[in-house]
Amino acid sequence: MRIVVDLAVCQGYAQCAFLAPGAFRIYGEEALLYDPGPDEELSEGVRRAAAACPVQAIAVEPGRP
Amino acid sequence: MSGSGPERIVIVGASLAGLRAAEMLRREGFTGSLIIVGDERHEPYDRPPLSKVALTDWVPPENTGLPWLADLGEVEWRLGVAAGALDRRSREVVLADGARLRYDRVLIATGVRNRPWPDAGQAALAGVRGIRTREDCRVIRDLLDAGPQRVLVVGAGFTGSEVASVCRQRGLQVTVVERAENPLVGPLGGVVGEVAANLQRAAGVDLRCNVTVEALEGSGGRFRAASLSDGTTVEAGLAVIALGALRNTEWLAGSGLAAGPLGVSCDPGGRAYAVNGMAVDDVFAAGDVARFPHALFEYEFLALEHWENAVVGAQVAAHNMICDGPDRRAHVSVPVFWSVQFGTNIKSVGVPALAGQILVTQGSAAQGRFAAAYLDGDRVVAAVTFNHGRSLEYYRHLIETASPAPVPVGEAEGNVPEDARFPDPGTPYEPPTVIVSGRSPTSMVARRVPAGGTSHEQ
Repeated sequence: MRIVVDLAVCQGYAQCAFLAPGAFRIYGEEALLYDPGPDEELSEGVRRAAAACPVQAIAVEPGRP
Repeated sequence: MSGSGPERIVIVGASLAGLRAAEMLRREGFTGSLIIVGDERHEPYDRPPLSKVALTDWVPPENTGLPWLADLGEVEWRLGVAAGALDRRSREVVLADGARLRYDRVLIATGVRNRPWPDAGQAALAGVRGIRTREDCRVIRDLLDAGPQRVLVVGAGFTGSEVASVCRQRGLQVTVVERAENPLVGPLGGVVGEVAANLQRAAGVDLRCNVTVEALEGSGGRFRAASLSDGTTVEAGLAVIALGALRNTEWLAGSGLAAGPLGVSCDPGGRAYAVNGMAVDDVFAAGDVARFPHALFEYEFLALEHWENAVVGAQVAAHNMICDGPDRRAHVSVPVFWSVQFGTNIKSVGVPALAGQILVTQGSAAQGRFAAAYLDGDRVVAAVTFNHGRSLEYYRHLIETASPAPVPVGEAEGNVPEDARFPDPGTPYEPPTVIVSGRSPTSMVARRVPAGGTSHEQ
């Protein structure tokens, strides 16, 4: 799957890093690092992370036709 | 969209701006032919990770493809071929391979490329590389994997600093050579640059400021060492060249557009200007290559090499391409960018380079955790945060409302504004990621760049 995080919007709440630690990591105090192409097996966690993000900074590809 | 709208749209540039423009066109109901031209053979991928996470062993550079956030429908991808010319009379984009693509509207989103190392022979040494493309990232990452004794980074702007940060994370020795007094002084000024220098040194970077690289030396075609202007030599396994960017506008020479080294001039809605200062109705520009007068900053022409600017500028331009005059929008969002380096989240809003003074308003610069406002007179024109990202929205609001500086609080209580120490324009330094290049559409001055390159009007 493919995702992108708008890091200008991200506020470092780290919900994503709890919900999908395989795809999102907090680096230092508040910076987010993430895998733009997480494995499909992580997809449920990634989708939950996107839904839970307090500032809705995570965009997940809806799937190509 | 009215029935007389465009039927064929060509987007030149297949990176972030090109993709987001295509999505916007489809989202807003454009059902005509959509052609996307890109000089790289890849579908759009995200570049910011290439100097950060894609250099670590976690995310491979091949894994940074951008998600498509709308159904693009039928798209004709012309990848692996650059645009060679724009023929506005016949309304055609001429590709480097000679193919001609007719358009009703065209979006110029050709971005920037790395400023090359000035000596071509030295630049060709194995182990000398800039970083902009996926392939650049792969080459540098493989060289880092090989465990070099030392890495040399030439230029301490954002990209160079981020690469140095990854090197330290990997436990590699790294020397950073910067000709200014500190890292990041072009985009953020000397006061903040000093904080950035402290971060680098605390992380174990061998940071050499006020020094330039005079020559890259090789043996057997492979980079081996660099000789510096202070007479010293740095031996290293690879040299990462991070000297800023040049705008990809050469292909527009002869198009009659106001395009040149500063970018493609356009109005805030993305419509390109012709050399006579008139906006053109069928040619638009967005992303790193565009420069437009920004309403929040006295219509100063800004060219912004920021991720957010590519997204918003492309969406605004795409919208304006397919709607009637009264529905057109302007790109007026406050510039914003971020960087991650040495465990620190650096974020900025506004245009720091427009400021004369800086005021640390929250936290402590000495401890590397703070927010600071940049001031033009007493107006806040920008702000920067180091590990203080959540306060950024507040400063964005101050900028949007042309507000005076806030009173410093907490650890910052009692601070007074000081000279932000932006480099004298006559002093060589890393080019800032914001280039301020004119006052208003009415004061544009024709400037011809003489022989040696293409002739550009500005």
